[in-house]
Amino acid sequence: MAEKSGADILVQCLVDLGVEVVFGYPGGAVLPIYDALYNHPTIKHVLVRHEQGATHMAEGYARSTGKPGVVLVTSGPGATNAVTGITDALLDSIPMIVITGQVPTQLIGTDAFQEADTVGITRHCSKHNYLVKDPAKLAGIVHEAFHIATTGRPGPVVVDIPKNVQIATAPFIKPGPVQHASYRPQVKADAAGIDAAVEMLAAAERPILYTGGGVINSGPRATELLRELAAMTGSPVTSTLMGLGAFPATSDQWVGMLGMHGTYEANWAMNQADLIIAIGARFDDRVTGRLDAFAPNSRKVHIDIDRSSINKIIDVDVAVVADVASALEDMIALWKQRGHEKSDLSAWWDRIDGWRTKKSLSYPEDGKEIMPQRAIADLYQATRATGKDVIITTEVGQHQMWAAQHFGFDEPNKWLTSGGLGTMGYGFPAAIGAQMGNPDSLTICIAGDASIQMNIQEMGTATQYRLPVKIFILNNEYMGMVRQWQELTYESRYSNSYSDSLPDFVKLGEAYGWTGIRIEGPDDLEAGIRRMIETPGPVIVDCRVAKLSNCFPMIPSGAAHTDMLLDPRQIEGVMSDEAKALV
Amino acid sequence: MHIQEELSQRHVLSLTVSNEAGMLARIAGLFTARGYNIDSLTVADITPDHGVSRITIVTNGPPKVIDQIIAQLDRLVSVHKVTDLTEAGPFVERELALVKVAGTGEDRIEALRLADVFRAKVVDTTIESFIFEITGTTEKVDNFVALMRQIGLVEVGRTGVVGLIRGKEPV
Ligand SMILES: Cc1ncc(C[n+]2csc(CCOP(=O)(O)OP(=O)(O)O)c2C)c(N)n1
Repeated sequence: MAEKSGADILVQCLVDLGVEVVFGYPGGAVLPIYDALYNHPTIKHVLVRHEQGATHMAEGYARSTGKPGVVLVTSGPGATNAVTGITDALLDSIPMIVITGQVPTQLIGTDAFQEADTVGITRHCSKHNYLVKDPAKLAGIVHEAFHIATTGRPGPVVVDIPKNVQIATAPFIKPGPVQHASYRPQVKADAAGIDAAVEMLAAAERPILYTGGGVINSGPRATELLRELAAMTGSPVTSTLMGLGAFPATSDQWVGMLGMHGTYEANWAMNQADLIIAIGARFDDRVTGRLDAFAPNSRKVHIDIDRSSINKIIDVDVAVVADVASALEDMIALWKQRGHEKSDLSAWWDRIDGWRTKKSLSYPEDGKEIMPQRAIADLYQATRATGKDVIITTEVGQHQMWAAQHFGFDEPNKWLTSGGLGTMGYGFPAAIGAQMGNPDSLTICIAGDASIQMNIQEMGTATQYRLPVKIFILNNEYMGMVRQWQELTYESRYSNSYSDSLPDFVKLGEAYGWTGIRIEGPDDLEAGIRRMIETPGPVIVDCRVAKLSNCFPMIPSGAAHTDMLLDPRQIEGVMSDEAKALV
Repeated sequence: MHIQEELSQRHVLSLTVSNEAGMLARIAGLFTARGYNIDSLTVADITPDHGVSRITIVTNGPPKVIDQIIAQLDRLVSVHKVTDLTEAGPFVERELALVKVAGTGEDRIEALRLADVFRAKVVDTTIESFIFEITGTTEKVDNFVALMRQIGLVEVGRTGVVGLIRGKEPV
C-alpha cells in the first residue's frame, strides 16, 4: 500500500472531515504540515497575528456556523499562546480541534528548543488531548478528536504531533465511523425523567423555562423545539448570556436575560416560580446569585447532556441527562400524547407584567453625552433596518452586558461572547472567524477601549483576507466593569482601571488600511453607525460614551435575585468581606 | 472572615480506565483542580492485553461532592466505568503494608506476638529488627502500625486500598 507522511495523513483527514478553514501560525515544529497545506485546493489557511487570535477565530467560526473550528500552531510558544482560547472553548463548550507541533519524539523531555509539555499544560483545559507518537495512529486519532470535540458536550481537543511523526510515513486507510471504547455520551433521556418533567410542567402554576448555551449547541432543531414547547405551555422564557438567540427576544413570552445583569422580571420570575425547567444551562454563579435564596419555592427539572452539571450547584428534583433537542422532542411528544392543554397562566403573567413595569433596563439620559446603552440600542435598530444577517460578538466588560441587554437576538448563532471564562480579547478575533464562516453577514464586534487592545493585532488579519468586520468601541476611557466594582466595593478608589494612553483608534485603523470613524456625541451617533454599516471593508468606530455609567440592573456578588440594584443611588460603596471575597 | 468546612464521608471508588499515557495525571489532576481529596490511589493494568487498568481511589467529602467526583470522573473520555463501592453494596477492601520494627529482648517477643494476632508475616529479619507484611482493611493496618509504634517502629510502606464488590457479579 502507498504510504503517506504524517503531515499528508493529517491534511487528508482534515479534507475527509470536511474542514474548509484552518486558523494558524507557522513555526519550526509544524513546517511539514505547512508544506502539505501549500496551495491546498480546498483548505483555506487564515494566517493570524497571534495564536490566541487563532483560537478565538476558530471559536467564532464554530459558534456561528455550527461546524468545529480548527487551529494549527507550532510547539512551545505557539501552543502556550493558544491556551487561553482552549480554556475559553472548554468553559463555553465550543467544538474546536487544536493541532500543535511538538519537538521530535527523541527530544521530548530534554528541554529542547521550543519544547513545552503541551499535553500536560492542556490536560485540564481541554475536553481531551493526544500526543501522537506513531504516524500509523494519526488518522484514527484525528477522526476521534473531531468526534469527541463535536459530540456530547462539545469542547476543545488538542492533538500534539511531534515533527518526526509529521515526516515519517505510514500506510493510510481512511478511518471508518469512530467506535470509542469508553466515550459514549448519553443523547436520549430516560423515559422516567421525561414523564416527570411533562407532568410537572402540566401541573405548574408558575413555570419558567431557563435556557442556556446548550440549546444552541444542540443545533437548530433544539431552538425550533424550544419555541414549540414555549408556545404549547405559554410559559415565560429567560436565558443565560450564552443562550441568547435560542428564543426570540421579540416574543411576548421573552422576559429577558437572567442573572447578575439580567432583567428585574427574569430574576423575580425565577425567584417566584413554582417550576423551573433548566434547558442546557448550568446554574452558573453569575445566574444563581446567593444560593440559599435561589428560587426557594420551586421544583426544578434539569436537562443537560453533561451529567456533572446536574446537582453541581443547585439540587434538582428531576435530572434529564440528554441532548436538548432529543429531550424536548420527547417532552413535546409525551405532552401531546397525554392530551395536556395549555394551563391558564394569566395570574402568573399578571405578576410578570407587574415586574416589567419597573423598566429595569431604562437609563438616564441628559442629551449631552452618548449613553452606552443608547449606542447599543441604536446599533440594534440600524442593523435590523438593513435586513442583513447580523452577527454580534463582544469583548468582556460593561459593553458586553449592555449589548446582551439592549441588542435583541431572534435567532441562534448570531451572538458570540465569552461567557464562562470572560476572556477580554475574545470578541474581535471571534468576529473575524464568524465573518470567515459567514462572508455575507454584517459582523460587528462590540468592544470596550481596554478589551479591544488585547488582540488588536488581528486587524492585519482582517485586512489580509479582505474581511469586512466592524469594530464598535464603546470608549469610556475606563476598564468600565472594573471601575464599576471599585465604585461599589472600594469607595470609588479607581486603582489601575483608567485606560491611560489610549491609541487614536481612527488613525490605528487607517494604519491597517481600515476605515476609522469617531463618534463624538449624541448628534453624530446615528450618522456614524450608518456610515459604519454602509462602508465596505473593515471599519473601526471609536464611539465616545459617558465615562462613568454603570451597568444596571445588578445583583451584587452574594446577593439574592430579589436584592437587585436598579439604579446608582443604591450604591453604598462598601461591602462586607464575605461579599468582597466572591468574584 | 473565616472559611467554613463541611462534614466529610469516606468513599472507595473503583474505576476502569484505558491504560494510556497521562491517564493517572488526568485523574490526579482532576482531584487537585477541583479541590477534591485523595486519601489513597492505586493503579495497575488488569487485562491480558494491558489495555485496561483499575484505579481504586479512597476519597472523602460531603455527599454532594462525592456525587460530583463520580460525575466528573465519568465524563473523562478514557474512563470506562466508575463505581462507588461504598454505595454499591458490601465490598471487600484490602491494603498491604510492610512495617519495619526494631528492638531487642521483650520488645521483639511482643512484636511477634502482636504480629501473630494480626496475622502479619515476617518477611525479613535481623537480630534487631523485623519487616512484617500485613494485609487488611485500612483500619486494621492503622491499628497494627499504632501498636508497633509503641514497640519500635522504624518505617512503613503501604500500597493503598484495592477493593471489589462481594458476590459473583463484576462491579
Ligand atoms: C484577559 C482578561 N483580563 C482581565 C479581565 C478582568 N476584566 C473584566 S472586565 C474588565 C474591563 C474591561 O474594560 P473595557 O474593555 O474597556 O470594557 P468596559 O467594561 O469599559 O465596557 C477587566 C479588566 C478579563 N475579563 N479578561
